[in-house]
Amino acid sequence: MTAPGRILHPAAWWVWAATMGVAAVRTTNPMLLAFIAVVVVFVVAARRSAAPWSRSLAVFFRLGLIVIVIRVVVQVVFGYRLPGHVLFTLPQVPLPGWAAGVSIGGPVTLESVLQAAVDGLRLAVILLCFGAANSLASPYRLLRCLPTVLYEAGVAVTVALTFAPELVITIGSVRDARRLRGRPTRGIAGLRGLAIPVLEGALDRSLQLAASMDARGYGRRFAAPAHRRLATGATALGLLLVMLGVFGALDPGSVPSGGIPVLAVGAVLLAMGMTAGGRRSPRTRYRPDVWRLPEWGVSLSGCAVSGAFVIAGVVGVQGLQFTPYPLHAPTLPLLLCIGILAGLLPAVLAPSPRDPGYRETDGEMLVLAQREADPSVGVPRVARW
Amino acid sequence: MVIRFSDVSFSYSAADEPILRHVDLTIGEGEFCLVVGATGSGKSTLLGAINGMVPHFTGGRLSGTVTVDGRSTRDNPPRELADLVGMVGQNPSASFVTDAVEDELAYAMENLGVSPQAMRRRVEDTLDLLGLHELRHRPLLSLSGGQQQRVAIGAVLAAAPRVLVLDEPTSALDPAAAEEVLATLTRLVHDVGMTVVIAEHRLERVVPFADRIILVPGSGDELIVGRPQDVMAGSPVAPPLVDLARLAGWDPIPLSVRDARRLAEPLRLRLAGLEPGPPTTTTPASTPEPIAEAEHVSSVYVTVMALNQVDLRIHRGEVVAVMGRNGSGKSTLLGLLAGLRRPAKGRVRICGQVPGDLPPRKLIKLVGMVPQDAGVLLYCSSVEDECETADGECGLPPGTTAATLDRVLPGVPRRHHPRDLSEGQRLALALAVILAPAPPVLLLDEPTRGLDYPSKDRLVRLLRELAADGHSVVIATHDVELVARVADRAVVLAEGEVVSDGAAREVVCHSPVFAPQVAKVLAPEAWLTVDEVRAALAGSSR
Repeated sequence: MTAPGRILHPAAWWVWAATMGVAAVRTTNPMLLAFIAVVVVFVVAARRSAAPWSRSLAVFFRLGLIVIVIRVVVQVVFGYRLPGHVLFTLPQVPLPGWAAGVSIGGPVTLESVLQAAVDGLRLAVILLCFGAANSLASPYRLLRCLPTVLYEAGVAVTVALTFAPELVITIGSVRDARRLRGRPTRGIAGLRGLAIPVLEGALDRSLQLAASMDARGYGRRFAAPAHRRLATGATALGLLLVMLGVFGALDPGSVPSGGIPVLAVGAVLLAMGMTAGGRRSPRTRYRPDVWRLPEWGVSLSGCAVSGAFVIAGVVGVQGLQFTPYPLHAPTLPLLLCIGILAGLLPAVLAPSPRDPGYRETDGEMLVLAQREADPSVGVPRVARW
Repeated sequence: MVIRFSDVSFSYSAADEPILRHVDLTIGEGEFCLVVGATGSGKSTLLGAINGMVPHFTGGRLSGTVTVDGRSTRDNPPRELADLVGMVGQNPSASFVTDAVEDELAYAMENLGVSPQAMRRRVEDTLDLLGLHELRHRPLLSLSGGQQQRVAIGAVLAAAPRVLVLDEPTSALDPAAAEEVLATLTRLVHDVGMTVVIAEHRLERVVPFADRIILVPGSGDELIVGRPQDVMAGSPVAPPLVDLARLAGWDPIPLSVRDARRLAEPLRLRLAGLEPGPPTTTTPASTPEPIAEAEHVSSVYVTVMALNQVDLRIHRGEVVAVMGRNGSGKSTLLGLLAGLRRPAKGRVRICGQVPGDLPPRKLIKLVGMVPQDAGVLLYCSSVEDECETADGECGLPPGTTAATLDRVLPGVPRRHHPRDLSEGQRLALALAVILAPAPPVLLLDEPTRGLDYPSKDRLVRLLRELAADGHSVVIATHDVELVARVADRAVVLAEGEVVSDGAAREVVCHSPVFAPQVAKVLAPEAWLTVDEVRAALAGSSR
């Protein structure tokens, strides 16, 4: 099952991560949330490659912790005051009557702090799932899987993604230049006059990129006849509707007339656009990712987890939801824990990532900040012909 | 023949003088053509015209016809010629569309609709041809400059064009990486029969490989085309080897160090016993207190050690060259000295003060730095405006910067926008702005990138004058010929550590990578420049 040297289809990872995230949305039990987080981290640790982007999980982990802290602090300072076990009391600021539900200061109860922490934890776990998808398959690779009809849009997004690190470099050099001219680099005065050189640099780069793309055959004559443009439009609109539909299905009441009809219309449009546009496309694709058994295994294992949570919600399983009113320890529903374990399967099902020829220090560098600092590790022996 | 220019004239706008006038030129199958000329002479225009970038992308008026393999650029914009002509620019990272090596190689073929099987095979072939197979899955941003440039060449090569056009492909590379790229190109010409047209300022690197040289004299004058020996004999721009050959009266003119060494026996005998120039005095004893020093400095980028325990002392009136391959920590060291960043460990002092702690206004009176892209220092809309702003900012009497500019390079047009200046003029303006507050320490990062020989000569003279006035100059550079001509001392960095530090003559002459051409020809004696040889010969014959 694990063919070495193959990379799992990026969409499979994203489906798995998204479904794990859906499971996290459906529960407020901190034990279950923590369990999901552990499973996600385990799979990432087992199956990430050594590429720079696979470090992004740590970033998202830290971001999650910050979210929890912010959520708790906001609750302590501004939260809605319910009776409970008072931990301490903050000096209260009286607010006018129309600001009911909001307070500044006042008694802080253990219950409210717990509730806020669980809310924050849920957000943090969702962020962690997103981070997991990022570290297992780079967003670039996901973009490569876009249907042919959306090719142009995909190129635009790819270019935008590469642009961000370039922009960071440009801003750095402009700031350095200002300091060399003896101008302030901090505060409002430092910000003034930064925009124009940065934009100039950005414009220069986009012109060079456009020239390079043109010289390499982008947009050749056969590229976009009218019916293909129509197909592109249909696909994009279909995708948008599908997204809206999923949103509506997950959160009833947010989309008028419910999510399912919108989802259906979107899916039909999407299918039509893709079949019409994909036919007779003159572009070819280099090494398209394949979808085989491991891909099915990985994405279905995620679906199993979220399915278990959705069903548990419908049936009303004890312990799926947790409220600290009255104060009690959360229970651990065993059946759901076994359900979450299904999410571990990718750690075995997915082929182990191939080694992209990195050394440890090399993978760590992600030297967007400073390409100059790349000590050219792994330089091949100078080619002597 | 592959490329044919017939009666081509081009001007960027109707009002301008034509930059190319009545050009007739044919370039044959499998030729390695070198295009030389001063900056702004129209080299890039000539190259751009080959694949229709000029005028389809740049605008302007083109008359006459350019055909590539029978297809005219009049009817075919660059994208339609993508299967015939591959174009590689100066800055490879600006041309990348994807994020990984393999995808970048496949990009052009995907656009051309090459079948997946053929595409797979050609990507493998290209990886082998350019020695990129170990990097195939690496993200492009994690590659070094030389590797990036090879990927950029591979990316156009994979589409199997018949012509490869390169605009200064080695200007950002260290000597070893540049040789790597040039060796690749020669192999393409000899083994695959590719036609290569290349523009390059540092002739010493490319001339030995070229079959023909196209000299673009500029201002629309007629092109001079011929064998390298013939063109170089009368060329106003020439590598040091050619200058040496003219001095020694060698005929035919040797183009490679090997050829020159075989002719140099008599010259070596004449020079035997003569002293190569005045001994480069770097006697710290006379000036015990260094003007700038870095003590045990270490610096870290993300997790990479960019500098590790580096010690450097710079004395008054000294010109120090910092060399090393791309990413060895040169720019980081300069950044520390200029106070742009602080060391993670160790300390930096300029005239006894810590540059990282000083407010910018005080700092510029102590140390001035011109970064790699001198243009980022300039942000006003005209040269005049730039000078006045600089006076105001530094609290100098009005006219100081303008006077400095006249000293650096007379005759820079005052009403031009800094972006419209030539490379040399822009560097002069940046230098003037930095030198106006008279900082005792001047730092230059790759000052000769994109400079032609006359501008380089002027820079060398200026730096020597500054050093004579008591300024200390630190140059981070790949340009060994510049080091040979201007530096008293050379420091070589590798992986963030100092591997050698000493008199420039000893350091560069004993390194096969950093030795200038004259030193290679006249080894084992340590002669650095043609001027030294000329002066010694004149002295001995008197």
